[in-house]
Order: sequence, then C-alpha cells, then structure tokens
Amino acid sequence: MTAGYRRRVLEDPGPSIPPEERAGIVRDGLGVGVATGAYGVSFGAVSVAAGLDVWQTCVLSLVMFTGASQFALVGVLASGGSAPSAAATALLLGTRNTLYGLRLAPLLAWSGWRRAAAAHLLIDESTAMSVNRRSSPTARLGFLSTGLAVFVLWNAATLLGAVAGNALGDPRTYGLDAAVGAAFLALLWPRLQGRAAGQERVVAVGAAAVALAAVPLVPSGVPVLAAGAVALLVGVLRR
Amino acid sequence: MSDLSPSTVWTLVLLAGAGCYLLKLAGLSVPAAVLDRPAVARVASLLPVALLSALVAVQVLERDSSLTLDARLAGLAVAAGLLLLRAPFLAVVGGAALAAALVRLL
Repeated sequence: MTAGYRRRVLEDPGPSIPPEERAGIVRDGLGVGVATGAYGVSFGAVSVAAGLDVWQTCVLSLVMFTGASQFALVGVLASGGSAPSAAATALLLGTRNTLYGLRLAPLLAWSGWRRAAAAHLLIDESTAMSVNRRSSPTARLGFLSTGLAVFVLWNAATLLGAVAGNALGDPRTYGLDAAVGAAFLALLWPRLQGRAAGQERVVAVGAAAVALAAVPLVPSGVPVLAAGAVALLVGVLRR
Repeated sequence: MSDLSPSTVWTLVLLAGAGCYLLKLAGLSVPAAVLDRPAVARVASLLPVALLSALVAVQVLERDSSLTLDARLAGLAVAAGLLLLRAPFLAVVGGAALAAALVRLL
C-alpha cells in the first residue's frame, strides 16, 4: 500500500498552482515573448538581404525556430557559403537545444505526442523560464507560456522584417550587412560576461582568429566550422 | 548575397529545419547519461561561443574570400558600445546598420 501510495505521489503532477503564481509565470512568458519577438524583425530583414525570399524566410522561422541557427544559416549564405556549410553551422548551433532538452526532460516529464510537440518550442528562452522551477506543473507552464509567446511573436516579427527588408532594396545602402555581425555579437555577449567566463573568452578569441586565418584558404562557410574545433580542443584539454 | 537556386535554398531551409527539430527532440528523449562525461558537456557548452565568435569575425571582415576593412567594422564597434550600455537587441542591430550606412555616405 505504501509503495502504491508513493508511486501515485511520484506520478501525480503535483498540487495545482496558486492563481497569483500562475498569472505571474504567464506574464513573464509573454514579456520574454515580446522582447525576443522584436528581434525577429531584424532576422526577417537580414534574411531577405542574404538572398532568401519572404516565403523562404518565414518558413525557416516556422520550421527551424531557433534564432542563432537561423541567423547563422542566412549569414553563411550571405557571405557566399555553400548550402552544406550553412546547414552544418545551423545544426552545430542547434546542438545547444539538445543540452537544454537533457536538463529539462525529467522536469517537464512529457511523453508521446506531447513531448514531440513540446520539442519544437525547446529554445533558449523557454528553457530559461522553466529550468529553475521547483515542480513539473510550474516548469510546464513556464515552458509553454514562454515557448508559445516567442513562437507567435517571432514568426509574426519575421514576416514584418522580411516584408520591410524587401521594400528597402539593396541591403548595403542601409548597412544591413553590418547588422548580421552585430546580431551575432549580441547573441555572444552574455556568454562572455562575468568572472567565470575566462574560458569562454579564450575560446571566442581563438575561434575568431582561426576563422579569419582560414578565410583566404578554404571556401566560404568552412572557416566558421573550422573554428568549432577550438571549442573541441579547449573543452577536452582544460578541466 | 547568395546565388543559390530557389530549389536549393528550399531544400536547405526544410532539411536544416528538420535537423534542428530532431536535435531538440533528441534532447528530450535520450537518456541524460549520454552527457554525463564532463568533457562532452564542456565541448557542447563552448561550441556556441566558438561558432558565434567566428561568425562575428567572418561577417564583419570577409568579402569574396579575403579580409577587408570597411564600414561593417564601424557598425560592429557601435554594436559593442551599445551592448556595453546594455541596449536592447533591436537597438544594437539597428545602431550597427545605421553606423555602417552613415560611414558609406561619407
């Protein structure tokens, strides 16, 4: 009986969330959605500047739905890289989401179609808003409210940015080619802050140096992949 | 500017999108023990740093497979300044574009 009771407790989704806490979690999720949705505008504009059309840009935001990988894919294409190197860079950046999933899986505890559907919303923001929750229901609520808010706003903003970027014409006139580097710097920036980020700074400087040294030697797109080796080297050698 | 055919770009968009989805699904599905080795976890967490930093460098300094100093560097400097001031993402990106456009006008 005790074992049965214990099993029921473990499987129980936990007590229902108090209304104020529920409202707070949803409000935070929406706030994050608005903030990241705003940068979907810059993705849309940068993507059409890279040569994708409005449809391709919008479908990319719908199916890939992970900002850094999307920026990387269009960035590699913009600098004349091949399709395979654009895909490889996007996928390597996407491995970050695999790590998030490993950490969240026991907390979210979804299976079957729910897990398959939730996987699409597994991004930086939904992870940040759920990983520190104490119970499955609050983690799920944080994950879903943030993930859905970002999904809706990111895709609407992508369309807006793509249409606006299309109307602007030659990207170089407006400095949109410079916007891509700035977007990557803004994505990188938080990882370089704080006292514990020494190793990250070493990797960042080393990777930039390797990529620049490789530019004249290998086809476009490959220098970025080569720089990934710096992470491999530092990760394996340092402890 | 990309000179790939529309069908190549469509294939890239759909396949890379599907691949990114599978990476997410794998994280929610595979046993956590796969990542228990500290070296694997370190490499996986440093990989985005290396790729993003390389992307910054290449996006700003490369043109036609050689290194060039042009208005994009002014854009990046403005972006870094705005990040130091804790400006929001859109302001950082917009500020960089504006700075590069102004330098080109001069």
